Amino acid sequence: MRIYSQSNNCVIMNLRRDVFQALADPTRRAIITLVALQAMTPSAIAANFDSSRQTISKHIQILTECEILEQEQQGREIYYQLNPNGMKEIADFIEPFRQMWDERFNKLEAVMKKSKK
Amino acid sequence: MELKTKIIAVEAKQEIQITRLFGLPLVLLFRAYAEAELVEQWMGTKVLKLESKKHGAYQFETKDANGNILLQSSGVIHDYEPNQKITRTFEMENTSFPVQLEFLEFEKLSENSSKLTMKVVYKSVADRDEILKLPFAYGINMAHNKLEEIASKLK
Repeated sequence: MRIYSQSNNCVIMNLRRDVFQALADPTRRAIITLVALQAMTPSAIAANFDSSRQTISKHIQILTECEILEQEQQGREIYYQLNPNGMKEIADFIEPFRQMWDERFNKLEAVMKKSKK
Repeated sequence: MELKTKIIAVEAKQEIQITRLFGLPLVLLFRAYAEAELVEQWMGTKVLKLESKKHGAYQFETKDANGNILLQSSGVIHDYEPNQKITRTFEMENTSFPVQLEFLEFEKLSENSSKLTMKVVYKSVADRDEILKLPFAYGINMAHNKLEEIASKLK
C-alpha cells in the first residue's frame, strides 16, 4: 500500500513537454474543460466555439496525440474524453487538487478575517 | 515549510482526507460553512439554497463572466452540529460523477486557531481518481485566465 501526500512540487516536471505545448493554447484548454465533465462528440465540442469545425478537429487531434484525450467509439459516433491513463499515479495529479483546496481555504480565511471587524 | 492544507489519498481506496489549519476562531470557521452570504464570498459561487440544519439541503450555482452556468452542485445535510460537524452529500448536477459523502469536522486549537478535517467517500476508486484529476484541467484554465486578466489590465 502506498500513501501519497504532496510535499513536493515536481509534479509539473513529470509531465512531458508536448503536453505543455498542447496546453499552451486557450482553445485546447477550453476543450479539456468541456470534456473533463463529460465525453463529447467532435461536433458537440465544436458547437461551443466560433472557430470552424476543422480548426476544432485539429485541436482535438493534437490533444489526442499528446494522450490528454482519448477516443471511444459509441455506435456511429466517436466520443472524446479525458484519458484516464494520461496521469497514472495519484501523486502525478493530486497536487493541483491540493492547490485548489488550499486557494479556496486561503480565501475562506481572508473573508472571515475581514468579517470579524 | 509545512503545508497548511494537506491531502491524504491512499492508493486503491475510495476516499480522501483533507485537513487544513486556520488562523481563525472555531466559531468563525464554522460560520464560513453555515451562512450563505459567507459561502458565496469564499467559494465564488451563488448559493441558491442553504438550509444549515439536520435533514437540510443546499444548492450552489457557478457562472462564468458571461453568465453561462458552469456548474450546479447540490446535496443534503445528514448531520449538523454547530461548531462541531457537518455530514453531507455533494453532487455535481448534469455530470456523470456520482454523489459523494462528506464528513466535515471542526476543531478548536486555540482562541484564534482551528482545524477542519474533511473526509470524502466516493462511489468507487475510479470515481475518486477521476475527481482528483479534474483540477488538473481546471487549474490550468484558471491559472491562465488569471494571467490573462492581469495582463489585460496592464495594457
